[in-house]
Amino acid sequence: MVKVTLWGSLRSATGGLEQVEASGTNTREVLDDLAKKYPALETVIAGGVSLAIDGTIYKDAWFTPISDSSEVVLMPYMAGG
Amino acid sequence: MNMTKRLRKTEGFKIVGTRPQRPDGIEKVTGRALYGADLSVPDMLHGAVLRSPHPHARIVSIDASAALEMPGVRAVVTSADFKKQAKFFMQDTLDNCMARDFALYDGHAVAAVAAKTRKQAEEAAAKIRVEYEILPHVTEVEDAMKPDAPILHAGRSYRNIPEGNNANVTNYVEFGHGDVEAGFKDADLIVERSFKTAATHQGYIEPNACVASMGPDGRGELWVTTQGHYMVRDFCAPFLGLEESKLRVTPSEIGGGFGGKTTVFLEPVALALAQKSGKPVKMVMSREEVFRASGPTVSSWTDVKIGMTRDGKITAAQAKLRYQGGAFPCGTIALGAMTAFAAYDLENVQALGWNVMTNRPMQASYRAPGAPMAIYTVESVVDELSQKLGLDPLEVRLKNAAKKGTKSSYGPTFSDIGLVATLEAAKNHPHYRAPLGPNQGRGISCGFWFNFGGNSSVSLHVSPDGTVAVTEGNPDIGGSRASISMMAAEELGIPYDKVRTIVGDTNSIGYSDTTDGSRVTFTVGIATIKAARDAIRVMKGRAAKVWGIDEDAVIWEDGAAKPSGPNAGEFPPMTMEEIARNAFKTGGPIAGHYEANSDGAGVSFGVHLVDVEVDPETGFTKILRYTVFQDAGKAIHPAYVEGQMQGGAVQGIGWALNEEYIYGADGRLQNPGFLDYRIPVASDLPMIDTVILEIPNPGHPYGVRGVGETSIVPPLAAISNAVSRAADVRLCELPMSPPRVLAAIDAKG
Repeated sequence: MVKVTLWGSLRSATGGLEQVEASGTNTREVLDDLAKKYPALETVIAGGVSLAIDGTIYKDAWFTPISDSSEVVLMPYMAGG
Repeated sequence: MNMTKRLRKTEGFKIVGTRPQRPDGIEKVTGRALYGADLSVPDMLHGAVLRSPHPHARIVSIDASAALEMPGVRAVVTSADFKKQAKFFMQDTLDNCMARDFALYDGHAVAAVAAKTRKQAEEAAAKIRVEYEILPHVTEVEDAMKPDAPILHAGRSYRNIPEGNNANVTNYVEFGHGDVEAGFKDADLIVERSFKTAATHQGYIEPNACVASMGPDGRGELWVTTQGHYMVRDFCAPFLGLEESKLRVTPSEIGGGFGGKTTVFLEPVALALAQKSGKPVKMVMSREEVFRASGPTVSSWTDVKIGMTRDGKITAAQAKLRYQGGAFPCGTIALGAMTAFAAYDLENVQALGWNVMTNRPMQASYRAPGAPMAIYTVESVVDELSQKLGLDPLEVRLKNAAKKGTKSSYGPTFSDIGLVATLEAAKNHPHYRAPLGPNQGRGISCGFWFNFGGNSSVSLHVSPDGTVAVTEGNPDIGGSRASISMMAAEELGIPYDKVRTIVGDTNSIGYSDTTDGSRVTFTVGIATIKAARDAIRVMKGRAAKVWGIDEDAVIWEDGAAKPSGPNAGEFPPMTMEEIARNAFKTGGPIAGHYEANSDGAGVSFGVHLVDVEVDPETGFTKILRYTVFQDAGKAIHPAYVEGQMQGGAVQGIGWALNEEYIYGADGRLQNPGFLDYRIPVASDLPMIDTVILEIPNPGHPYGVRGVGETSIVPPLAAISNAVSRAADVRLCELPMSPPRVLAAIDAKG
């Protein structure tokens, strides 16, 4: 299982947890499993999120590999100027 | 072949790192470059927009009958002429372009006219009768959060908004880790301050402009000044009910964007007028319209509390950030809360953020959106703590600096980052030891930005004479055509002047994300290098065919195919020119392509040093000396990198000292012009010195790191810290205009 850290204000969607577990071997599978386990996260994920995997931020990359030992942080979808 | 060396190159460059002539320079200085307003087409109409004079009103009715009878008038459009959108973000963007049911800010578009001349269109727009029901308004973030504040739209708040907030609060975020309350108990000194920053405009010199045409067959053409023509297409096509590929969008040269041209304002309106009139329509904003109705950045109200030990170790840090992003929900607050403490290695840190709607224009991105105003507050308090504890502010930053292995304040653990090296460069620079005179002060600040990768496409064509034409899909807002040509030439082993790079329209090159997020030299660079490698693969194959040897037995060096060694055969090098000349006989045209979806852009840090002198009689601040230190990973064209570093510093100087949106009690913008909204000019500035650090980014074949945005992040705090030390009073509100500085000096007694 992959440990996913959420940003603090998403605790309301996970019953107060800031770190949750999800199954999957890539970003798409992990995000799909998160949305399945925590339905309140589904709209957040569908609206667009980024994932930081071992320090690198990924915005749109379904097939980026994730291992159980990866540091995975769910982040807001980001825009620049 | 050494594959590692082949895939990543950090030294031995022949072209990368040099300063060749910019390809767009002559056209721009001789006035031949075509900007948004420069295109005219036969039988073209001109558009004009009727804008709300009220900051908040219900639109009861719109009667365009008198306008339609005016000479030369061919069409009038209102919100009824656009397709309703299913997604909130799309509908908000459309509603910002043309008010639907409610005018939400002074300057909000209500209707538009197309006529034979611009004067006719403006006169007709003035004849449109709009019945308004005027509603209470609110323009300041602190007022908009009050329980009895006028509400802009109910029901737009995310479900996680804490209780006690009104419906203007749409977004709430929290970032951080550790226990800040416990950390504050370990501090020897705690400083807690409240800060305000004004909304500022991106200040691009070229107003928004476009020419639209729509054929009876449902196919459209749009010429536009923009940072992202695919973005324009992806908004406008659904707004008009078109299929995306039926609308071709061509970007003009751009006279500045800085994030402000990452959305649409006039474009769907011009297309709707063209659709309705059956004629091409040109629209150009006046400067007043640019200020009243295109996006400024957010304004902010932030409380910061930081605890520090006597020897300068930060024990806990907390920020409560409140941004107003105009009349629609806005996610910039998340970026502010994530970046606020990013420069520090903290055990106990918390950043809380609220987005609040007000009766102001919809916020648009501005260089590192959300970060400058957040980092300004944190860096100001760190400076004050250093000052009160008698510590060197640069040493304090070094002591607490984020580094490899730091758990960042926004969650991920940093890998290789260049903050400590950048601080060391500042510490060892003569600027940091230069003496100061009376009424002078020195300020320092760190800055941070994420940098992004994303999607971009490149097509590289080898012409029969061996020269190269590169087509890419990102408008050139900061010299990217030069850097792309340089990377193509470097990879191919040919001179820079044998490559010409152009920006293709939406139907001539693959999808490319908007030019933003400091992403183009990084992502388009990757696509260019890989497209060049694709072309090299083809050329090696052609040489192999001619020589009758295996393709794997051919290498590419110095712009020519060569046998890989004696066993491959004895053949003289076959130059790119020779291969190109014979291309039609050896298999057809030669090209390379790459469509990138890149990540690994690598975060960026910068450090700014500034010396100022404050006149105690007038409160006027003069910038005496300014030095920017920034990690570029690898500077492809150092002059452009320096330009980005200088440009960000200058925009930050304006933000710190003079620029602000001023709304009256009537909710109307008081200063929509460059006479009253003062951006810095050359005579306000010293030469901005730059120090480029090159700590290669492992995510790019040449080590490139984005440089476009980080440079606007530190100036606000660096200048505030310098002014506060020069005036011997802590300034906590931007801009630090002379009256505000003088009031602070007078208040201290």
